[in-house]
Amino acid sequence: MSRPILLRGGRVIDPSQGIDGQQDVLLADGSVEACGRGLGAPDGAEILDCAGMIVSPGFIDVHCHLREPGREDVETVATGARAAAAGGFTALCAMPNTDPVTDNQAAVGFIIRQAQRAKAARVHPIGAISLGQRGEALAEFGEMIGAGAVAVSDDGRPVVSAQLMRTALEYARTFNIPVIDHCEEPTLSHGGAMNEGIVSARLGLKGIPSEAEEIMVIRDILLARRTKGHVHLAHMSTAGSVDLIRWGKERGINVTAEVCPHHLTLTEDRVGAYDTNAKMNPPLRTAADVAALRDAVADGTIDLIATDHAPHHYDEKEQEFANAPNGIVGLETALALVHTNLVAGGVMDYARMVECMSCAPARVFHIPGGTLSRGAVADVTVFDPKAEWIVDPATFLSKGRNTPYAGERVRGRAIFTIVDGEIVHTMANTTR
Amino acid sequence: MISALGKDLLGLEPLSSEQIKLILDTAEPFKEISERAIKKVPTLRGSTIVNLFFENSTRTRISFEFAEKRLSADPVNVSSAGSSVSKGETLVDTARNLEAMRIDMVVIRHGSSGAAQFLADRIKSNVINAGDGMHEHPTQGLLDLLTLRDHFGDLAGKRVCVCGDVLHSRVARSNIWGLRKMGVEVAVCGPRSLMPNAIEEFGVTVFDHIEDAIEWADALNVLRLQIERMTGGYIPSLREYNRVFGVTRERLARAPRDVLILHPGPMNRGVEIDSDVADGEHSVILDQVTNGIAVRMAVLYLLSGGNPALAESAKAAGR
Repeated sequence: MSRPILLRGGRVIDPSQGIDGQQDVLLADGSVEACGRGLGAPDGAEILDCAGMIVSPGFIDVHCHLREPGREDVETVATGARAAAAGGFTALCAMPNTDPVTDNQAAVGFIIRQAQRAKAARVHPIGAISLGQRGEALAEFGEMIGAGAVAVSDDGRPVVSAQLMRTALEYARTFNIPVIDHCEEPTLSHGGAMNEGIVSARLGLKGIPSEAEEIMVIRDILLARRTKGHVHLAHMSTAGSVDLIRWGKERGINVTAEVCPHHLTLTEDRVGAYDTNAKMNPPLRTAADVAALRDAVADGTIDLIATDHAPHHYDEKEQEFANAPNGIVGLETALALVHTNLVAGGVMDYARMVECMSCAPARVFHIPGGTLSRGAVADVTVFDPKAEWIVDPATFLSKGRNTPYAGERVRGRAIFTIVDGEIVHTMANTTR
Repeated sequence: MISALGKDLLGLEPLSSEQIKLILDTAEPFKEISERAIKKVPTLRGSTIVNLFFENSTRTRISFEFAEKRLSADPVNVSSAGSSVSKGETLVDTARNLEAMRIDMVVIRHGSSGAAQFLADRIKSNVINAGDGMHEHPTQGLLDLLTLRDHFGDLAGKRVCVCGDVLHSRVARSNIWGLRKMGVEVAVCGPRSLMPNAIEEFGVTVFDHIEDAIEWADALNVLRLQIERMTGGYIPSLREYNRVFGVTRERLARAPRDVLILHPGPMNRGVEIDSDVADGEHSVILDQVTNGIAVRMAVLYLLSGGNPALAESAKAAGR
């Protein structure tokens, strides 16, 4: 068994218990032993000086693409889990759009075994909704959950058939898991490369209208009302979606939603002169959308923040804009972007940040963590809110380098990432 | 050396009105060279230029090639069919290989919006956009401006309506930017299914009826309606398009003034424009083609670092 760890003198923020104050946290035998003032260090304990740091339940990213199996050249479970740890995440959920698709228990088991070997962040697989993500026949939810999956999604592809979505929401109730949808009406978005608006019109790029997302958002909310299933809406990007989610929640419909750091910080203008690192799906939208998403994540309409970490090979992004693949890496920038833009930017306080990046992900996906209550898993994120750094993709542990934030000065950095009572990442010696 | 236009000509949106005027003014002395028995001046002797055409083109490619040859440059034509591109070479590799051959300029036509910018960002040679996807076709916009200026003298306050498939048209975008920068009032007319949703934000008037556009305009620039737009479901039929939006003699006859007719070609006679209009007395469609060479000579000359004030003497040197 590992040595106990005493996190001494940090500002502990744990919204699950209403804690915000200078305290110590003691971890032993893979669990949180105690939280409080002036805790003594047991024999042999490792003492980590956390003065000036924020100590919180470990951050959980419920939306990542780890590319293994199939595209191990751009990311593996191990590199993704290490990138997550470096970014302050103690756990992540891996989307099933691998090759072959993670649509059966053996495939789920493979990802779990790869993650165990990596000894970094925990990896919770998400199974496919439909076999091969083809949108036709349901995958075996029960078998996949039994093997360790925590949710189902055809992410990367929308669930086109309303009937399939309805069935998935109904069938998932037995297993008490969320059905995650990538909301995109494909006939409206077909061929689109960025947000539809004046910028797409100027650049001569086919646009993706906000309605392509919103039509599916309201469809899913209505189906959740009908079925009483739990629908989780991935990477929300428009002000209209926010209104629809609010409408659904006001009526007690079982809908939860996530937003990505890039949709909270960048607009369609970032595409600039056809920068493929600003190409993602859903696309970067307008300043009004960013403002609505910020309000929504602050007031709880949007439950949580997830990265949609999507590594791509350098050559794939080095193409004509319309041909380049969608997506950016996010695991190693999310904490700093949220801290810099939303907390320091006055949109939310630390408690809300920890809620969105730790407590809510654990609660919504029914996975361990999200709290420092006694007996909880010893997953802790310690970050220095004053650490200033410049985003340099060359230093990423992810194999992906595709980020629109290269060169950006940000504030806030994970100093210790602790998973199951083990330090899986530390910056303590390099920054101080 | 950075020219008065910068390194590249990628579109008219980034140019100032002074730069556009400079190109048009520089084109004036070059017009005369094409009227000579020996159509050649030594201005660009020793310059190597690659005409890189990833999409089919007759008019634009030949126009560039004449412009290059009449300035004594050494052009090489590359089309995607039969080149390394058809073997799967990426655009960035094509660019690097061209660079390695120590060329001076690239003229690129490509089906993807932003392809010219992509190339310009990656090579040191001057890049001229000869049409990229639905983005811009700046030399077409410039030759349209030159043709309008030839006819009207001063462009400020004139009214030009761009008619047809604005949504998919790089010619429309270059026209809108170029015309507005030169003080022209710009309108567009066509079915809303062939207009960008955000068209009003370009600062143009939108006409839903061609009759209203004709009543308003001093000139119409009639865009080619691509047959794919019908199969793509944007309009029901070419017949109906002609019925509702076609520029016909009957419609022009009701105009309060003579309306100048431009068309970037190739024309679909009987679809967006009727033959008696295309061949009529107010059509300047072939003048556009002639001006295309002078405008392209001016662009090549200016990008190569040619002194605008010396364009006249460049012409004289050929005597």
